[in-house]
Amino acid sequence: MTPTLAHYLLVSGLLFTIGLAGVLLRRNILIIFMCLELMLNAANLSLVAFSRFNITAQATALQGTVNYNGQILVFFIITVAAAEVAIGLAIIVALFRARQTTHVEDLNSLKF
Amino acid sequence: MSAATVPWIILFAPLVAAALILFFGKYSKPLSAGLAIAAAVVCGVLSWWLFFQPGNPGPNQIPWIELAGFSIPIGMLVDPLSRTMLVVVNTIAPLVFIYSLGYMAHEEGYWRYFAGLALFLFSMLGIVLADNFVMMFIFWELVGASSYILIGHYYGKDSAADASKQAFLVNRIGDFGFMLGILMIWMATQTVVFGEIFSKTSLLESQPVYLTIACILIFCGTIGKSAQLPLHVWLPNSMEGPTPVSSLLHAATMVAAGVFMLARFFPVLEAAPDAREVIAWIGGLTCLAAGLMATQQNDIKRILAYSTISQLGYMVLGVGVADTPDVPMFHLFTHAFFKCLLFLCAGSVIVAMHHEQDIWKMGALKNKTPITFLCLIAGTLALTGFGFGPFGFSGFYSKDLIIEWAIVKAPVLGWIAVLTAGLTSFYMFRLFFVVFLGAPRTESAKKAHESPLVMILPLILLAIPAFAGGFPFVSRIFFQLEEPENVPHVVHFALLAMFLGGFALAWALYRRAEKDPLSIPLFANRLYIDPVYAWIVKTFQDGVGWLAGWADRWVVDLFVAQIPSKLVWACGYVLRFLQFGNIQAYAFFFGAGVIGVIYFLIAR
Repeated sequence: MTPTLAHYLLVSGLLFTIGLAGVLLRRNILIIFMCLELMLNAANLSLVAFSRFNITAQATALQGTVNYNGQILVFFIITVAAAEVAIGLAIIVALFRARQTTHVEDLNSLKF
Repeated sequence: MSAATVPWIILFAPLVAAALILFFGKYSKPLSAGLAIAAAVVCGVLSWWLFFQPGNPGPNQIPWIELAGFSIPIGMLVDPLSRTMLVVVNTIAPLVFIYSLGYMAHEEGYWRYFAGLALFLFSMLGIVLADNFVMMFIFWELVGASSYILIGHYYGKDSAADASKQAFLVNRIGDFGFMLGILMIWMATQTVVFGEIFSKTSLLESQPVYLTIACILIFCGTIGKSAQLPLHVWLPNSMEGPTPVSSLLHAATMVAAGVFMLARFFPVLEAAPDAREVIAWIGGLTCLAAGLMATQQNDIKRILAYSTISQLGYMVLGVGVADTPDVPMFHLFTHAFFKCLLFLCAGSVIVAMHHEQDIWKMGALKNKTPITFLCLIAGTLALTGFGFGPFGFSGFYSKDLIIEWAIVKAPVLGWIAVLTAGLTSFYMFRLFFVVFLGAPRTESAKKAHESPLVMILPLILLAIPAFAGGFPFVSRIFFQLEEPENVPHVVHFALLAMFLGGFALAWALYRRAEKDPLSIPLFANRLYIDPVYAWIVKTFQDGVGWLAGWADRWVVDLFVAQIPSKLVWACGYVLRFLQFGNIQAYAFFFGAGVIGVIYFLIAR
């Protein structure tokens, strides 16, 4: 059985849900950050999948002229995400230095 | 220069002068006076020229406001009525302006005064020349505004500031009625131009009640401007202004406007007999009441002011009873000259007495100010209507004509008018005897001296029309007068008897009086109308003020300030509980929100 678009999307949805559940439920800010990355990659996966299956359709219709734009875009996203992770980790390190904790329940001073 | 452009020059010359005086008058006294006098003289010369132009120049308009089905032009209506009025206004105005040179020589606000005079003249000429109600109303209000400036010339004095304010406000009451009347006429005829309204008189006539109400509302304008009962209170107080202003105001430029407006509107008034009856009664009662009040005043200018109200009552009575507007206009014409003369004489006396106005501080001025004395005799005889049979002073002809019409059309009012003629004679000779005969009552009366030539010359020039303005060969030039039929001859004898009676009574009482032998508080206090008004205004104003204050505090504040501020505060109080301080709760709401948005975008 060859995997179809639906399989890829299912995996992508599972990854996204796991990531969202982690963001909402875990208390450690590092884990929350990792779960955020998981959600981002779930989105990347669906993008790649859509692109891949669209290429096949195009190739049949247009006889060989192939559009890789979606694939290239995902590389860009991964690159930007790496930079973003670096910044996010730096912020978390700075936060830990200031508060000596990575527990979100202790980071609640911005409220009424 | 043609007959079409001359009215525009006449109208705008004083305005240009006023503007120039405002800009440059500060730097030079002769310049400001010169500009005003030059404008008035130009107006005077052109008015006389225009008067003798033959024929009717026809419509002379420029469009001003054009809307669908409604247009207001700015137009010049040059007909016999406005020509005569132009001559009256522009003959008196230059004389008063020249007289002001002497009277105001040592007063403050010289340029302000002359700019005001020129503006005043401009406003009045606008009323005279207006060919539609809206233009007339605009200039009508301008007259009110410029009279406010001039009456309040000595604005540092509380009484002058109050008087100008009162004149302005009382006139507003009448003008409100006037405006409603104009609107009613416009609603019925769809036009504000006089000629077009007159051509639709039959249309108005088909609605007699509507027409009567409209005419009475328009007459409200006259009640205010021409100081009829019950809005006469401002006129005596307007004596706070400089005397030449009083003279101009009483002779030509302000109070005459009300009567002139009625004469202008006469073709429609003629179709509303009920309204004319109201007009006649108000005129008759005003003339009697003001005559009574005048008998007990002690200020020389106030006596003349009440006399003006009384004479205006005659004119309004004339509008109410006569078959032609020329009858009241004739009295307006003669009255303008002799009342102007009387006021200028009073001004001359006041200057001679170093700005003393109480007649009981004067006395024996006959030899000190002989020319003023002679001119005042001419004015007094004209005002009291001295004459019998074919000969008399100017007031004799015009006043008798109105009284004859009143006797024929409304006998009660006619006899009231006859009685008032006696009162006129009494209070004028009272003034005359007290001021010019007897013994000097104060030091300044002993040291009084005749006024300078610039003041005397206008007096002499005005004394001529005051004496001769009523002769039939003069009035024939200006008016087409109609005598009523079947006038009882007893009227003429009654009028002569009234004149002699008033004279004799004044002679007996005041020839040698040191102080007033009569004391009638009712008349001295002006029938207690002023205090009643003061009480009404105060009560009403305080009541409205209290109510407005209460509403502001408890209603406006409640709905505009209190309730919204509490509401916003309450919303904020509730919403701030959403700020948990838990980052995952925020993430949850954010996610829920995104899902909500997606749901609405896709599912709908």
